[in-house]
Amino acid sequence: MTTMSAASAETGEPLVEMNGVSLAYGRGKEQMLALADATLSIRKGEFIAVVGPSGCGKSTLMKLVTGLLPPTSGEIRVHGQRVTRPVRGIGMAFQNPTLMPWRTTRDNILLPLEVVEPHKQRFRANKAEYVARVEKLLASVGLGGFGDKFPWQLSGGMQQRSNLCRALVHEPEILMLDEPFGALDAFTREDLWAVMQALWLERKFTAVLVTHDLREAVYLADTIYVMSKRPGRIIVRKSIDIPRPRTMETTYEPHFVDIVHELRDRIHQEYA
Amino acid sequence: MTDAGRNALRIAMPWLVMAGLLLVWELSCILFQIAEIILPRPSRIIEVMIQRWDILLRFCLETLWTTVIGFLLAIFFGLLLGLAIGASPFVYSGLYPLLIAFNAIPKVAIVPILMIWLGVGAAPAIITAFVISFFPIVVNVATGLATIEPEMRDVMRSLGATQYEILTKVGIPRAMPYLFASLKVAITLAFIGSVISETVGGNRGIGFLMLSAGARNDAPTTFAGLVAIAIMGVLMYALCALIEKRMTRWAFRGEMAV
Repeated sequence: MTTMSAASAETGEPLVEMNGVSLAYGRGKEQMLALADATLSIRKGEFIAVVGPSGCGKSTLMKLVTGLLPPTSGEIRVHGQRVTRPVRGIGMAFQNPTLMPWRTTRDNILLPLEVVEPHKQRFRANKAEYVARVEKLLASVGLGGFGDKFPWQLSGGMQQRSNLCRALVHEPEILMLDEPFGALDAFTREDLWAVMQALWLERKFTAVLVTHDLREAVYLADTIYVMSKRPGRIIVRKSIDIPRPRTMETTYEPHFVDIVHELRDRIHQEYA
Repeated sequence: MTDAGRNALRIAMPWLVMAGLLLVWELSCILFQIAEIILPRPSRIIEVMIQRWDILLRFCLETLWTTVIGFLLAIFFGLLLGLAIGASPFVYSGLYPLLIAFNAIPKVAIVPILMIWLGVGAAPAIITAFVISFFPIVVNVATGLATIEPEMRDVMRSLGATQYEILTKVGIPRAMPYLFASLKVAITLAFIGSVISETVGGNRGIGFLMLSAGARNDAPTTFAGLVAIAIMGVLMYALCALIEKRMTRWAFRGEMAV
């Protein structure tokens, strides 16, 4: 077992720390342990990926970090502060883009600015400035000029790009990605890996990516955590030392392929 | 058939079917020699409607405005209660069984009680129209709120949105198509409510006209009243459908050219 110790070997202050965190759904006899004794720490600006067999509590881990779910035991700290309620100003993107069909793409992306301080206070008076910010962001993900379209007029890949824009527009410190590319076709998905990496290199937010695509995890992450089957435990912590920016070519290099193989073998053991 | 022809036929279909039905009715009355007092011929009903249009219109307008007032009250209170029930599990568990019980009461049974309280006139008709059309609005608005995607809620909560912000930015817009869909059902129910009230006891409205014509064995006038109610019902339904399309364009996205 290569479970990491709480103190990370990397330099840099930890932004998120989880100490012996467990979570059980339900009560009494029907209680089901989804996540067991998870300990990890995420540096500021680190991109981590969580992979594992389906139903291993990957999404649970994410909800715990954001404070959407309170842990059954253990503690979670963000900025050294214990998390007891939803952490403010996190960006989130799910597999389902959850854009609002009654708002245009631009208005969907403006939504976080209407809700998150300090933008909320300034929103009405400075709307033009915020709209310009959204247009710039849209252009950076290749959606320039699509702001007036409604989400249901966009393709799946375009919706997911808009979803990323919405998650990032308020410049959150932490970005949570729950299989955001899972429902897309292979070409669109690989296209969006590059978009995601470019955004991260530019803004250096801290990112938590939950995925079951190992190539995606190795392409995007600095550190990969492998989880066991239910109840989910962190069984491997793997640093990815491939230099950035990584390209599609990188994914065919022997070193990249070796890492994917190693992770795949470890996950297959879980199914044995 | 050409596309234009098919389209024209599709638009003409309801009129063709109606004309066919009236023709069968007319011919059956002549063929089987049905007495006018049992079932008047459509041509006779139309004749009466033209002859007595001023009286019909007066009684129709009385029914129309009681119905519309009851309906507007139902929208206002239905929206409020629907939002409360959809937003709060406590209000839901407290009020929902009571609402279902109330909805199960035949509304015709409460009209005599209303008459005792409010006397004969417009008030009982307004209230009957209100109570009968209130329920579908409440249920639909509550359903719209209660079926917000959990991910949408998570996105809002992780942004630090308050319950109020989630309600105004997600809940209410999302409940709107449900509200407008319920209005089409509610307006026809509201007509039923006011006419029931006028028929059970009253001195006004199309229901009263039909009742008094029936008492005089004037079947053509009774049927003319029925047709008048049907016309008002269809017109108000069409109005609600039009407002629905206008207000919730996004909910009809499948029907729009992209």
